[in-house]
Amino acid sequence: MVRLEADPIDPAALLARFTCDRTDVGAVVSFTGLCRAATDGHSVGTLTLDAWPGYTERIMAGLEAGTRARFDLIDLLAVHRWGEVAVGQPIVFVAVAATHRRAAFEAADYLMDRLKTRAPLWKREDGPGGRRWIEPRPSDLADAARWTRTEPTP
Amino acid sequence: MPRVLLFGAFADVAGWRERTIAGDTVEALRAVLSEDARLADRLARPGTLTVVNQIMVRGDCAVGPEDEVAFAPPVSGG
Repeated sequence: MVRLEADPIDPAALLARFTCDRTDVGAVVSFTGLCRAATDGHSVGTLTLDAWPGYTERIMAGLEAGTRARFDLIDLLAVHRWGEVAVGQPIVFVAVAATHRRAAFEAADYLMDRLKTRAPLWKREDGPGGRRWIEPRPSDLADAARWTRTEPTP
Repeated sequence: MPRVLLFGAFADVAGWRERTIAGDTVEALRAVLSEDARLADRLARPGTLTVVNQIMVRGDCAVGPEDEVAFAPPVSGG
């Protein structure tokens, strides 16, 4: 399941619910992305994520489907914030459950790379230095390209 | 007239998020948007996304009066 969330998220609670009463799962890997106080030397007061409710979730659902198709998973949860996010607060939470750890590690890594480069979300940082819209870094694109290189040819 | 949506820095630069604009192709709409020099600069950058009726398109295509056309900068989630 994937969802866009306007209110603050609690990764510990999400993970506790995700792992509760699992008897078929041998591995759960989770990732939490937090809002940093500074990026590239720029102080950040507030992070704001613009989204396109409806469309953003539809694309995120497609990314979930692609992740489930590629890896042998039992379950997957991704929750992404939009709107204002305070420094230190979670921006994104991903958890994947699998029978064995390798699929879980790789699926979490893959889904995060896809969310960063394909989910229709736009980050803005406001701080003492002014307003800055964030674009994907070359490293984000390189991370995502790792998976393309290993995708089977149709 | 097609409904045009802007997201992220595009909406910020233009000072609006949604309006109807006369035009029967994506390029015609881009030309109208580009009358705003700051928006023209943003639209011309590589990686600009164009989404017609919630389907991403590359290059030009025809749009009708009931269509919804969105322009956005490269995404930056996660």
